[in-house]
Amino acid sequence: MRSRLVHWAPTLLLPALYAADVSAEYGLNMPVGVTDVSKSVFDLHMQIFWVCAAIGVVVFGVMFYSMFMHRKSKGAVPAKFHESTLVEIIWTVIPCVILVAMAWPATTTLIEMYDTSESEVDIKVTGYQWKWRYEYIGEDVDFFSALTTPKDEIYNKAEKNENYLLEVDNELVIPVDKKVRFLITANDVIHSWWVPDFAVKKDAIPGFINESWTRVNETGIYRGQCTELCGKDHGFMPVVVRVVEQAEYETWLAEKKAAAQAEAALAAQTFTLDEMMVRGEQVYATNCAACHQPNGAGIPPAFPALKGSPIALGAIDKHLDIVVNGTPGTAMAAYGGQLSELDIAAVVTYERNAWGNDTGDNVSVKDVVTFKNK
Amino acid sequence: MSTAVDINAENNHDDHEHHGPAKGIARWLFTTNHKDIGSMYLWFSFIMFLVGGCMALTIRAELFQPGLQLMEPEFFNQMTTLHGLIMVFGAVMPAFVGLANWMIPMMVGAPDMALPRMNNWSFWILPFAFTLLLSTLFMEGGGPNFGWTFYAPLSTTYAPDTVTFFIFGVHMMGISSIMGAINVIATILNMRAPGMTLMKMPLFVWTWLITAYLLIAVMPVLAGVVTMMLMDIHFGTSFFNAAGGGDPVLFQHVFWFFGHPEVYIMILPAFGAVSQIIPTFSRKKLFGYHSMVYAVASIAFLSFIVWAHHMFTVGLPLFGELFFMYATMLIAVPTGVKVFNWVATMFRGSLTFETPMLFSIAFVILFTIGGFSGLMLAIAPSDFQYHDTYFVVAHFHYVLVPGAIFGIFAAVYYWLPKWVGNMYSETMGKAHFWLSFVGMNLTFFPMHFLGLAGMPRRIPDYALQFADFNSIASVGAFMFGTTQLLFLYLVIHCIRKGEKATDQVWEGAEGLEWTLPSPAPYHSFTTPPEVK
Repeated sequence: MRSRLVHWAPTLLLPALYAADVSAEYGLNMPVGVTDVSKSVFDLHMQIFWVCAAIGVVVFGVMFYSMFMHRKSKGAVPAKFHESTLVEIIWTVIPCVILVAMAWPATTTLIEMYDTSESEVDIKVTGYQWKWRYEYIGEDVDFFSALTTPKDEIYNKAEKNENYLLEVDNELVIPVDKKVRFLITANDVIHSWWVPDFAVKKDAIPGFINESWTRVNETGIYRGQCTELCGKDHGFMPVVVRVVEQAEYETWLAEKKAAAQAEAALAAQTFTLDEMMVRGEQVYATNCAACHQPNGAGIPPAFPALKGSPIALGAIDKHLDIVVNGTPGTAMAAYGGQLSELDIAAVVTYERNAWGNDTGDNVSVKDVVTFKNK
Repeated sequence: MSTAVDINAENNHDDHEHHGPAKGIARWLFTTNHKDIGSMYLWFSFIMFLVGGCMALTIRAELFQPGLQLMEPEFFNQMTTLHGLIMVFGAVMPAFVGLANWMIPMMVGAPDMALPRMNNWSFWILPFAFTLLLSTLFMEGGGPNFGWTFYAPLSTTYAPDTVTFFIFGVHMMGISSIMGAINVIATILNMRAPGMTLMKMPLFVWTWLITAYLLIAVMPVLAGVVTMMLMDIHFGTSFFNAAGGGDPVLFQHVFWFFGHPEVYIMILPAFGAVSQIIPTFSRKKLFGYHSMVYAVASIAFLSFIVWAHHMFTVGLPLFGELFFMYATMLIAVPTGVKVFNWVATMFRGSLTFETPMLFSIAFVILFTIGGFSGLMLAIAPSDFQYHDTYFVVAHFHYVLVPGAIFGIFAAVYYWLPKWVGNMYSETMGKAHFWLSFVGMNLTFFPMHFLGLAGMPRRIPDYALQFADFNSIASVGAFMFGTTQLLFLYLVIHCIRKGEKATDQVWEGAEGLEWTLPSPAPYHSFTTPPEVK
């Protein structure tokens, strides 16, 4: 049930809403979005905006009237009044009534937003420094989504592309017109998962699982960002969601599953050092380079160098230990649960042979599994 | 007659130092005089305002264009963090304490503050606290980089080692604030002139009394939360560490239980100053004195039960969300009453527009705009879209810059002739006002659009659609920032060679402070005045 205000406000404010539509193109206003909830939120936003604007016109109107008409230079003589209980009561009661009128539709929208029941797709969203992980619950599909904008664009060495800072390697894919529930948490610090077009923003907090949901009405690609300061690369962990038809979603899901199986099969193979170096470089670029830098020099003291480091040149087990279990109390995360055994083997191999760390070690999947089972 | 006084002063000089200030540096180090301490607070806060301002300009310079040009994200985060901490704890709060020191004894008809030695100590803690905080910038690992709200675990498990210096810095600032607050309360409750009942006190005194109670209530909570961080970092506790059974959200509850009253600590004294200034230049009594007092008290009370509106996205239960939404919306009522009363005071007055009045009028208009965006933020479903975006940055800068800072400027211009005995240059004052007004709006108004269009706060680089408004904001920021040097010049010029001020200073001014000569004597009221 919506209050009457909600029904007559848009009619009254038609010209204004038109203006809002136009301004949306220039990024002046909140996006209307592509879900019923985001449209309700937009309506609430515009209602409270126009209420404020109307109050502003009255208050500032009286103020400017006094400033022009009651100035001393025009010979204004000050009046003597300085109290009126009736007036005070009036301007206490009227705002209260306006607030109740605003609170009503806000409450109904909020109740709707909190109803996460009867979802058709469930996705666990986990924030990491500085990427997102998406796990399709019950589907065995699980992947990371990280920024792909090249460093050269960030450091103004190359022209910035249209989706600068809002592009990722693996988009979250969800079906249109289905209720999708997000279970949101974090692995290290607090992050916040936001897609403006869905009006979904929920903090990802270690140790908590927050719930949110959406039902998107239109297919398309929707972009957002992390909105809770989460360290160095907070500005570089976008959220990209591709909304597709159900059939396309199912195809995609099947492909993802097949790819995961193929990936698992790879683990049984053996690779040459060169093959491992190629794979390791990719893994390094997505997971390690943000802190330890593409050239392995790190940003000491917070992010130590790997080039020539005693870890990368020392015992393999110690090296594996840091990658798999992380270093508690520092920014070094435990990658044991994030990367496949093959990727861990590849990245350790890469770190032990790149940038002049010529150990010649070719770490295999078997080494990683053995280490993990110790 | 005058000779007699001089002889008397000379004879007693050795054993009665309180006839005038001591000489040299000792005057400032050991002073127990409310005016000296007030001046030191004001100068200190102005220096911090410039330091924090330079940090803001560093931020705006980086954000002038997309891409990383001038600094790495790590340093950018240190700048945003220190800018916030310094402006809140170093610029705004000490400025208000400085005003309180100068004005409260003069406004209630007292000779000095009630606890002068503690007064000295509470000031002298501050330079050390901020040296401690700022020194972290030069240490290995850099300064605090987790935002002025220092959410755990980013500020505990993942913080640079220098966080311990930050924690002790905050402890010291807290001790200073609490002592300042005790002093204000003791002075107001014990040292009013005969006949000055509570409901006859000037509003600046009232707002400071209430602010002081807020400080005493919440600064220990801040001390508690940083101590819990300290324990987590060094002594193996897990208050905020989920892996050890702790709760990162607990940090936010405790922090904002301090943090929300804190924002009223930064605005209530400005309400008070503006409530003195608008009647003076309207030549008409303040409309609705009683309701103004009740409104401030209501705002102070409500400030304790709205803290979780900063946390609408952390996953509060629905009922909690609704409670904090309703309570927050309620604050609009007493705040509205105050604005309406100021407007009613101006209505059918006889207005002139000297610099303090210009700043006060801008205060009412722009603070109200900040209040409007605050009301929008209170609507929880919409807040999901606004939260942690530039819309929030625009909101709190609209209440803090034209709110707190313009309030401080208005108060300084209003009382400066009484402090130094000279008039400031009205031309320069007006130039300072208009440049600040335009610069400030140019900086912060576009941030509303940026936030609504989806730009998160605290990011060193942004997507291309945000480029235009960011450039405008940066231009405005440099305009606002450099204008403040004009203010510095104006104040020095006023002290050195301004025109002599009369005792009354302003035609419409009322209150005990205007019965004293200009400049006010070293000891304000040695004989209590009679208030009718």
